[in-house]
Amino acid sequence: MNSQNEITEEILAIEADARKSVEAGGSPELHPRRDYAPYRSSLLRHPTHELVRVDPEEIERVSPAFGHTDVSLLESDLTIAHAAEPIGERITVSGHVLDGEGRPVRNQLVEIWQANAAGRYVHKRDQHPAPLDPNFTGVGRAITGENGEYTFQTIKPGPYPWRNHVNAWRPAHIHFSLFGSAFTQRLVTQMYFPSDPLFALDPIYQSIADPAARQRLIGAYDHSLSVPEYSLGYRWDIVLTGPKSTWMEGEEDHD
Amino acid sequence: MTDTRTNTDASGPGAIGPVELNTSQIGTERQGDGKQTPSQTVGPFFGYALPYNKGWELVPPHRADAIRLHGTVFDGDGAVVPDAILEIWQADATGTFSREQGSLEPDGYTFTGFGRASVNLAGHYSFTTVKPGPTSVGRAPSVLVTVFARGLTHHLFTRVFFPEDTDAHGTDAVLAAVPADRRSTLLSVSDGPASYRFDIRLQGDGETVFLDFEN
Repeated sequence: MNSQNEITEEILAIEADARKSVEAGGSPELHPRRDYAPYRSSLLRHPTHELVRVDPEEIERVSPAFGHTDVSLLESDLTIAHAAEPIGERITVSGHVLDGEGRPVRNQLVEIWQANAAGRYVHKRDQHPAPLDPNFTGVGRAITGENGEYTFQTIKPGPYPWRNHVNAWRPAHIHFSLFGSAFTQRLVTQMYFPSDPLFALDPIYQSIADPAARQRLIGAYDHSLSVPEYSLGYRWDIVLTGPKSTWMEGEEDHD
Repeated sequence: MTDTRTNTDASGPGAIGPVELNTSQIGTERQGDGKQTPSQTVGPFFGYALPYNKGWELVPPHRADAIRLHGTVFDGDGAVVPDAILEIWQADATGTFSREQGSLEPDGYTFTGFGRASVNLAGHYSFTTVKPGPTSVGRAPSVLVTVFARGLTHHLFTRVFFPEDTDAHGTDAVLAAVPADRRSTLLSVSDGPASYRFDIRLQGDGETVFLDFEN
């Protein structure tokens, strides 16, 4: 396995390459590179052919319908799933799901999952020898409201080690899975916490070569969301792509 | 349902339950720069979170028109990928897409058109569904597939077509956009009565065609 220094050098080289491309007039990269060697698991799993660009047809302009048939209101509170309260720093994570034009994505499914405060997932293949918390599973779901808003009540996850390289540690994060009003807007991502010292070292966070794009994954501490004597608040808005009909209008403007 | 926390004294910490922590606090203030949120890998540890009961059963297997859609996910070395999760989205047998809720709590009767299945340790997934009808004139019946896995920094979209629809393949706009020598990667193979096999190769020989709807 490589050392952190070797991984960090690879990360910096790719970032420099991306910066040069922007300086030469290219658009900043919005998404991670699919072929991102510092994240070793991407090596044999990224397609080598260009994606084939197609116009979405009607079924791709809509999305599966989710609602309160699927998700109970209680599922957005990850701290009440067991007999007692989980260990950890109680947090409220709240924000809006928006489309590319800033319009709310209403009545859509948001799913989250995360490690516990010690950095351990309930998942059976997580072998990190940190304690499981009998009062924390780390799974939540919500349906967005009229303004695209969502709120989760949880505890702050811990950072955890993994085997990408020697002494590899993931910054604390919450996994998010989102549906838009169109199938093409599907997004799975991760929310991070401000000022994490592991950011520069983490090849998953750094797989997004543009520094401004990476920042979009960091929730902001928001005191107005903190609940007195209860929890600290983080605000994180999530912007999905498209929908495509809007881009086509935009493209015409630039032509 | 009751709040199971031990401290439910209405005057102290813990008084605020999930119902009171509603969305009214959020307001309309916006965070961030309004640009697209980047994707991140689903990672290896989604197994206790994303799968749900009967997520692979868009219809019950005993239904007369049920088909099996299954296959194996391979990496660039031809090794099976044991930690992928797939989603499908499709029209019903008449080519109509569903607006029904309830995908996460399948009742065995409501067709929602959505399914989710993790692969097993052998990289194999399986859905029970119906063969979709064509969604419009000139389109070949197909099922939309999204692939997530550890190592995929961004999900991959693809489509499965059915081998018997040869005529419709000739007029389908998606197949027309795919180089002729790669079209076969989007065709499932009939491997038994009402059973179709669709293997997904993330990289290398026979790499599956993946689609991009973005600009």
